[in-house]
Amino acid sequence: MIAALCSALGVFLVLRRLSLIGDGLAHVTFGSVALALLFGFQSVYTSLAAIPCVLLSAFGILKIAEKAKIYGDAAIGIVSSLGIATGIMLASLAGGFNVDLFSYLFGNILSISREEVLITAVLSITVLLVIALCYNDLLAVTFDEELAATSGTRVERINTMLVFLTALTVVLAMKVVGIMLISALLILPATSALQLARSFRTAILLSVALGIVSVASGIFASFLLNLPTGATIIFVSFLLFAASFLAKRLRASR
Amino acid sequence: MPVNAVSLCGLSFAYHGNDVLKDITCNIVAGDYVGIVGPNGSGKSTLMRCILGLNRPYAGSITLFGVPRESYTDWRRIGYLPQGLQMLNPSFPATVREVVRLGRLSAKRFPKRFDKDDDTAVDKALELMAISDIGNRLIGELSGGLRQRTILARALVNEPELLILDEPTTALDPDTRESFYATLQDLNRNRGTTVLFVTHDSATIGLYASRLLYLDKKIVFYGDFGQFCESAEMTSFFGRQGQHLICHRH
Repeated sequence: MIAALCSALGVFLVLRRLSLIGDGLAHVTFGSVALALLFGFQSVYTSLAAIPCVLLSAFGILKIAEKAKIYGDAAIGIVSSLGIATGIMLASLAGGFNVDLFSYLFGNILSISREEVLITAVLSITVLLVIALCYNDLLAVTFDEELAATSGTRVERINTMLVFLTALTVVLAMKVVGIMLISALLILPATSALQLARSFRTAILLSVALGIVSVASGIFASFLLNLPTGATIIFVSFLLFAASFLAKRLRASR
Repeated sequence: MPVNAVSLCGLSFAYHGNDVLKDITCNIVAGDYVGIVGPNGSGKSTLMRCILGLNRPYAGSITLFGVPRESYTDWRRIGYLPQGLQMLNPSFPATVREVVRLGRLSAKRFPKRFDKDDDTAVDKALELMAISDIGNRLIGELSGGLRQRTILARALVNEPELLILDEPTTALDPDTRESFYATLQDLNRNRGTTVLFVTHDSATIGLYASRLLYLDKKIVFYGDFGQFCESAEMTSFFGRQGQHLICHRH
């Protein structure tokens, strides 16, 4: 479900040149998790406590870009570095890193509790449903914001929604692949799908399929070969990207 | 009494404190075919963007079909072709059909699903722009001219009453340009579509547009071509040669 979520959102983010927002928000998640751990939140509550901070940061990225009239990547850089700095500062205040924070950094799917699975499932279904309901508006804004605005689409509202959905997805995905690797799960299946897709709908469906294959086979391979799960998932994703790229080159040369 | 498709009253817009448009007041009557010309930086595109609500003027008012722009919501009645579509991401995966169909969103309410009527409207728009055969091709793979026609088809998909076109023929070859102008003329004469188009091509504007709006941050001239060509004031403003260039093919 997380794979489907990241992969579907990834197509919109990559085409909007917002690929690195996942990375930026993941860094903020690091700070938020440190804050939650400092206040003594445990297990599922750590993620839940991180959600408001990450949503607020996502809003901050939008507002900094808008008000300071700077490009999105610079706004992401500002919020992201602030997130990391907060995390390091809080970890230092708490007397150093502890094992919990480490599992958030690199992910550990086997440590996910039953409550976390349930909450992740509910939130993932909600996010996927919102994407499905706003699909045409999201496509319109991704294609061209001004054309979308002159077709009556509330561009600002859709942009805010996209960033909020990404923030929620980043928090949900951190236990699967870890904070350090979330952006890869947002970017790799989407870029692989964009190599092959012959329509926007196909791009979304293909991205979701490739994301699910990456996560499922990554988990299986990591279990079989006793490798770190998050990193294995990313390697599988990269192999699929390489295969898609080669397939595109082959198709073009025919 | 003629209906105004667009009414502008005392419109002023500034960018970084510099006036780009100053005190623009005019009415575009429904059924008019207005060519907007002027030098670089004269505010032509900015005026179009203000009308569409993409730029916010600091003074003045705009009404579209009698409704103040701030509360205007019936975007089905307006088709828009922006400037600079050549910047489109070449790896964007949408097909021509998908792009044209997006124009139908203005007629939809949440959750904005498309149906068979939308497919029929898309077919008609593709046919009108003579691009039915490329409906399933990716827009990023098309030449500049075909992309332009795709976006025009998108602008026409709702059979709008007002077409706002910002330099619509820049990417078109001469044959396609002629056929595009013929299509616009047909829409204007036979369907009563109001056309408002910005161009740098002063020499050919007189072939198609019935009225001319010459802009240089403020309105220098707005009226019929005949008036423009006979105006001594305009001769002194443009010089005889400049005025002749605009008028000679009309």
